[in-house]
Amino acid sequence: MAKLIGTDIASPDLLAKITGRAKYAEDFRVDGMVFAKLLLSPMPHARVRGIDAARALAMPGVLGILTADDVPQLEAPGEACLTNEPRYEGEPILALAAVDEETAAAAIELIRLDLEPLPFALDPLESLRPGGPDAWTEGNVLVEGEMKSLKWDGVDFSSVAQGQLPMGEVTTEWALGDVDAGFAQADVVVDETMVHQTQTHHPLEPRSTLAYWRNGKLFAHVSVQSTARMRASLAGALDLDIADVVVVAEYCGGGFGSKITGSPIMHVAPLFSKKIGRPVMLRITRYEETYVGRSRPGFQMRAKVGFRSDGRITAMDLFIVEDHGSYGGGGDNGTAGVLAHLMYQPENIRVRGVPVFTNTPPRAAQRGPGGVQMLTILEPLMDKAARELRMDRLELRRVNAPREGATFGPRETPLTSVHVHEAMDMGEKLFDWQEKKTWSGRRNGSKVTGVGIGVSPYTAGSVGYDGLLVIRPDGLVHIHQGVGNLGTHSVMDTARAAADVLNVGWDQVVIEWGDTSRGLPWSASQGGSQTTHAHTRANHAAGLDAKRKIQDIAARTLGGSPQSYDVAGGRVFQRGNPGRGMSFAQVAERAVALGGEYDGHTLPEDIHAMTIESATALVGQGLMGVAKDNFGRSGATYSWVVGFAVVEVDTETGHVEIKEYTGVADCGTVLHPRSLGAQILGGSIQGMGVAMSQRWVYDPKWGAALAKRLYSARPPSILDVPMDMTWAAVEIPDPDTPVGAKGIGEPPLGAGGAAIACAVADALGGRLVGRTPLTPDVILAELEGSKRPWRPLDVHVG
Amino acid sequence: MATIRDMIPAFGLFQPTSVEDALELVNDHGRKAWVLAGGLDSMDWFKDRIKRPEVVIDLGAIDELRGVRETGGALDIGALTTLTALERHDAVQKLFPMLAEAARHVATPQIRNQGTLGGNLSQDTRCWYYRSGWPCYRAGGNTCYASAPQAMNREHCILGASRCVAVNPSDTAPALIALDAKMVIRDRRRTRTVDAEDYFVGPAIDITRMTVLKANDLLTSVHVPSAWAGAQTYYEKVRDRGSWDFSLVTVAGAFWASGGRIEQARIVVNGVAAYPVRLHEVERAVIGAAVGEETARAAGDLAVQGAKPLRHNEYKVALMRNLVRRAVRSVA
Repeated sequence: MAKLIGTDIASPDLLAKITGRAKYAEDFRVDGMVFAKLLLSPMPHARVRGIDAARALAMPGVLGILTADDVPQLEAPGEACLTNEPRYEGEPILALAAVDEETAAAAIELIRLDLEPLPFALDPLESLRPGGPDAWTEGNVLVEGEMKSLKWDGVDFSSVAQGQLPMGEVTTEWALGDVDAGFAQADVVVDETMVHQTQTHHPLEPRSTLAYWRNGKLFAHVSVQSTARMRASLAGALDLDIADVVVVAEYCGGGFGSKITGSPIMHVAPLFSKKIGRPVMLRITRYEETYVGRSRPGFQMRAKVGFRSDGRITAMDLFIVEDHGSYGGGGDNGTAGVLAHLMYQPENIRVRGVPVFTNTPPRAAQRGPGGVQMLTILEPLMDKAARELRMDRLELRRVNAPREGATFGPRETPLTSVHVHEAMDMGEKLFDWQEKKTWSGRRNGSKVTGVGIGVSPYTAGSVGYDGLLVIRPDGLVHIHQGVGNLGTHSVMDTARAAADVLNVGWDQVVIEWGDTSRGLPWSASQGGSQTTHAHTRANHAAGLDAKRKIQDIAARTLGGSPQSYDVAGGRVFQRGNPGRGMSFAQVAERAVALGGEYDGHTLPEDIHAMTIESATALVGQGLMGVAKDNFGRSGATYSWVVGFAVVEVDTETGHVEIKEYTGVADCGTVLHPRSLGAQILGGSIQGMGVAMSQRWVYDPKWGAALAKRLYSARPPSILDVPMDMTWAAVEIPDPDTPVGAKGIGEPPLGAGGAAIACAVADALGGRLVGRTPLTPDVILAELEGSKRPWRPLDVHVG
Repeated sequence: MATIRDMIPAFGLFQPTSVEDALELVNDHGRKAWVLAGGLDSMDWFKDRIKRPEVVIDLGAIDELRGVRETGGALDIGALTTLTALERHDAVQKLFPMLAEAARHVATPQIRNQGTLGGNLSQDTRCWYYRSGWPCYRAGGNTCYASAPQAMNREHCILGASRCVAVNPSDTAPALIALDAKMVIRDRRRTRTVDAEDYFVGPAIDITRMTVLKANDLLTSVHVPSAWAGAQTYYEKVRDRGSWDFSLVTVAGAFWASGGRIEQARIVVNGVAAYPVRLHEVERAVIGAAVGEETARAAGDLAVQGAKPLRHNEYKVALMRNLVRRAVRSVA
């Protein structure tokens, strides 16, 4: 049989998606279902002194309200699903259920809230000033699990207006070597302060939930990235036994890290359903999604980097003020420092960070967390240094990028494989860097060309999860996937690893996914680009387990040793005598007759409790392949994307047009080429949006969001990029994983964002404007030398 | 009263099939009625429960309001003609390519399939304070949040402020004014024709409205006279994103030139005031002037005289100046 890995196979759920038959969380209906709506806080920070819902509750069709007093509250800075102390404008205070949404909305308008306004902070630096407001009554930073109020007394804040980040006490710090000694050896030093804005995730499907209880079991229809892990997170949050939670999540209309294992708002429907004894549907609207749907933390950052004349980085000193939002989460400054170390391998490094709480919506991992911010800031800095060093910019990156044997981070972690140099080489040819770099500064009327490179690593795999499959008497291989269908095809594509071990065609494979009552194995949480790596391994393990059992059964039934049998095309047969064999259907029947480990009566001891539960429910249905990924690993798994871009900046309007883009990946063995292309280019586009258009705008007096509609928040559109972007992959298998495949979801963003940011700076003659997004107002002010629309360290300004 | 968004409250719906019936309805219901065309502006207001009409009069079933008719080089465009139909219409492309281009710059392909010319011209401002339901002057309150000292006003006006600093968001309006189009407005008793330029009103005239339309009026069609067919035109919309974005500044110009001199000119800028701004002085200055950079530069400089930027939108002055220069520079 031809291997399935490496081929283009349309995802089996494609037809349902394009015909609209696919059911997302809000498409489900159950008998007796009622609808809930939310009342959001109109203030950025307040205390609820009273709720008068009498008139609302008296309305015909209203079933009740759910308030913070009805839901589990958490220690600071934990986020409950409803609150009596809203910490951002838009935070849900209560929910109301009614027979339909129209009634619920009308009833909400009858509720009178008595709110006591509290001081609020929108800008981390404002909060750090002496006497500055704290986002929480308990403080503005978290130190060893405790909320504290941190003020930078004695730090000169006047530098803010001049564009230099003030640097006071931090809460995290690590270093390797001696940065001062490193700078002493440097021939060129660049030192820049930059602002990276916060951005909402904006998945197209808002995080709706339908929940109901039957016989003490919770049934929850949700929009989530990781199905199996959602079960655990819901059980944990609601203090339930995991066996009492059924999660249905067949499709997920995007998460980008905001729905990895659900979201606090998904607890409202289960708790409300319990309270009123009716199934509750909470459809989150686009408006609400903007508030409760998570966001990437912005950075106010200073980076000082020293280079020897040969381009080698002798010292890197990073200082990051991270906008931690109302409830923390993300912690991107930590990842950012580690990634900078991985990518540039500075001889000496110091990374300092202070995540500061603000009265703005909660942060969370957003596709490439930390990396995207760091690279869109640091890559243009590399270009600035290259100009001073009179070095080719690609060459400067080559001088510093890691090679085999490199380590990174405070614990000097090794890598399983690294082929960023091969990706740079391939991209150099594919994009024709040597030619295109000569286009730099070329003028065409009012337009100036800029070219740029962005190199971006990101974590790409975890280990140790379970695979589970059953070959049923219908002869088909049912591969059970605990991973979610988050839009990347990984729920389908990682199953190929099991199918390839069993040498079956795709038409013999059935994927079971999206409903934990179908028997799903314990799986990776789908963040950090883990899935491809983790679940090709787990499915490979399950495939090997099944293959061993098939060979055993053939030997038991037909004689000879198990090793004398091969499997292919849905049969097991004696090597050299293919006529002597059994079909998978026969093997499955035989497995059921034999029992024991063959049909799941006996299970491996090292698999997770959830896999045991699932496998137990599938006992006796056929031949079971079930195993934990015990393949081991000797380092951290990282993938890379190198992006190359050409832009034109219109010097009379400040408008940037992206003319060309090429992305080249080092992500090991390619599972599904077409899907990989979509990840590389789709992720790069998302990164371009980060660099070019996406924003938050807050009114500083009222603490209210202004650019809160999808059109005004401006995530990138397909019409913002050229239609003929190209991609490639170096396709060197990772030696530390049996299938050789590494994840790819996240590295493209940093590559896309940084390549465009570098290309824009290049078009501006090497000038850095010090912030993203690079909108026409900012660029035009730079070109005209006129008053900038913002002070250098302003945040949430657009 | 607590606030909730994204849930349309109930309203009475009328779907007349003739203009006469629609006029009867708007006359009967007056200010209680909301006239619905493509719905792109209206639905946002309804969903946010900020505008709560008792009655919605949906024009969608009135076929006579749809379509483009050519008569001797002039066009009559039904107000309900979709922006996609306008953009693709042969006569529009042939006679007034700038109008097709302007239509093509509206929002997204999907929105253009649904959005109408009448709606694009008559839409409300997108000031984010006003659209958030804040009680500003335009909403009947007694302040302007967008011009407060700390306010966010990057996308607001540099000209024509009068308590309100909002801007007109229409992409087709400047093109139609430049082409000297006429708006055909009907009420139950009569049909009147208004110069496109005079269709729009600023806050100094009426702070609660964007157009001259009264409660019992309907914009039924737009007449584009033949006079400017075949003229040299220039249209450019600058926005933050390549799609689904309102204009920061847009310029539309129509010119007749011969022998290296500009003989006639109409130049309009949008995104800089609550109404599309026709640059009469600039037109007077360039008429009779030699085509070329010198005239273009002078035109740009003159265009922004008197501009008063807010705290965060000084860039609009340079942008408007440069776009006017480009429009004049384009004349051959």
